[in-house]
Amino acid sequence: MNATAAGRVAQGEAAADEPAAANAVPLGILVPGLPHPLLCPEGNPGWQRVRDGFGAARERIAASGADLLVIYSTMWPSILGHQLQANPEPEWTHVDEDFHYLGSIPYKFRIDARFAELAVAKAQVRGLRARTCAYHGFPIDTGSVVALKLLNPDNELPAVIVSSNIYANRTETVVLGKALRDAVEEQGRKAVAVVVSTLSNRLVTEPMEPADDHIHSLKDDEWNRKFLEYLEKGRLEDLSQLSRQFHDEARVPKVVAFKPFWWWAAFMGQANLYAGTVHAYEPVWGTGSAVVSLEPAGESTGDLEYDEDDPEFYAGDREVLDLRDAPSMGALPEGDGD
Amino acid sequence: MSKGEIVMGALAPHPPHLVYAENPPQNEPVSEGGWEELRWGYERLRKSLARKEFDVIIVHTPHWQTYVGTHFLGVPQFKSLSVDPIFPNLFRYSYDLSVDVELSRSIHDAAAKAGLHVMMMENPDFRIDYGTITSCHLVRPEWDLPIVCISSNRSRNYFSVEVMQANMLKLGKATRKAVEASGKRALLLSSNSLSHRHFTEEPEVPEDMSQEHITNHNQYLWDMKMIELMRAGKTRELVDIMPDFTEQTVAETDAGSLTWLMAALDFPTYGGEVHAYGTVIGTGNAIIGWDPASA
Repeated sequence: MNATAAGRVAQGEAAADEPAAANAVPLGILVPGLPHPLLCPEGNPGWQRVRDGFGAARERIAASGADLLVIYSTMWPSILGHQLQANPEPEWTHVDEDFHYLGSIPYKFRIDARFAELAVAKAQVRGLRARTCAYHGFPIDTGSVVALKLLNPDNELPAVIVSSNIYANRTETVVLGKALRDAVEEQGRKAVAVVVSTLSNRLVTEPMEPADDHIHSLKDDEWNRKFLEYLEKGRLEDLSQLSRQFHDEARVPKVVAFKPFWWWAAFMGQANLYAGTVHAYEPVWGTGSAVVSLEPAGESTGDLEYDEDDPEFYAGDREVLDLRDAPSMGALPEGDGD
Repeated sequence: MSKGEIVMGALAPHPPHLVYAENPPQNEPVSEGGWEELRWGYERLRKSLARKEFDVIIVHTPHWQTYVGTHFLGVPQFKSLSVDPIFPNLFRYSYDLSVDVELSRSIHDAAAKAGLHVMMMENPDFRIDYGTITSCHLVRPEWDLPIVCISSNRSRNYFSVEVMQANMLKLGKATRKAVEASGKRALLLSSNSLSHRHFTEEPEVPEDMSQEHITNHNQYLWDMKMIELMRAGKTRELVDIMPDFTEQTVAETDAGSLTWLMAALDFPTYGGEVHAYGTVIGTGNAIIGWDPASA
């Protein structure tokens, strides 16, 4: 079942005669990106539980039969469209901007450059601006480094990392997810969708003893738990549809929108047809940091009708106030619209 | 020991395109030029600095973003490669720089006394951000002076521009106090653009100047408003309207650098000298110097 078919299932239309979505993306993983679970899990029992959650997710990856990790990192911002890491063996010693005192992270990763090139081509076919990055010393973000070090420590699987465009909104992000899936299907791959993102992202902004770590506010915690409840029920598309509200309620607005669930749902198949497992949910320096896995399941939790559009192609920004760009609105009266 | 002083403060934006266009040996990509108006503006700023003697460059940078307080470089030497995460095709710069750790720590201590959360960055593997490198390179390409590098605390994201400014006013005063106590002569750099809405696509030839212009007229009008205030020495009014400017133009003043500079200069009532205004991939950039000797 392709993404569009899965979307129809989410909207209550039968697609039983199509092969299962599981073939292309048999597993989805949500992980947080702060370095504490990697560098100092012993600092707080919660950080250790997040670290253990990474371990559980790694076992799921091993059992999935996947041959590729596709990482969407909210900690890699881009401006010129969407960037994909394509250096076959990026090698560096990374230091986090904020938590530099926790130590350095040497790394050497295995990147599937050919897949990255194909994914860029697929993105362009769907109207997106996209390009690969293959430069020695390119600053791979903390979240991607942490995810690859803990989920794929021996580079068992090749990976590709996708940036998060700071100006992109839902249409662009959904289309990006579909484009990545196009590439997976064309190569006949089995990919794990790895999303690097906290739930609530509000850090504690003061020095703090590790033992005192806590979710920044009760409101953040309640929204996180609501999302986790949905994730356990496999309601990925429902969460995608709730992203705007989550952005308003539980996110510090550093960018225009909370995008990872849009990408995740589009890449995995825009459905509620999953079995979810929450491996960990803990505060990491105030943020809601969860490790969650989603695996395709036979039954949909719900057949809902959504307000959000299901775009297949990105046609660029539209000036909603300029009615001349909207032919369906009809001709404007003379002198109107200025 | 004689009293230290700030010999000049400058708005010194950091588009990596300007270094790319200069083709210095440290930068790997090669260009055919571009953005001459701004580059010649930096040349004029350098000429104005040639009349000054100073011991250290203090830079406040939007591209070292910290959320837990304000951080200061605390290692004497850094040598590595800086690759711009947004424009890696333009900026892959090998740097070798020294840090005035003593002054860095003094500003850190003064800021702590003023009630700010602060931290020294003492990890030798830390990579210097491209904003710091670009501004410092364009102001002093010889790299013969130590720097002090101050991170941008993102309190604007967590609270508001007003809260950010309140913190930056304290940081600016603390910087001035520490410089005066040090006996050193310092050049201060606010490493930021003004309006900051980028184009989301790049010309096939990045330095194709037929493609360069401000993203929209709103940004241009706001940039001119701010520059007029700077020229007129109305820097308190400048800081007062900074929240509106920042919101309306997605301005890079959200980093706090310009507010910090104005506070460190004790809100100049003399005009800033405008060396250039120009756009880089749609953003508005001004190169402006404030010389206390002209007060």
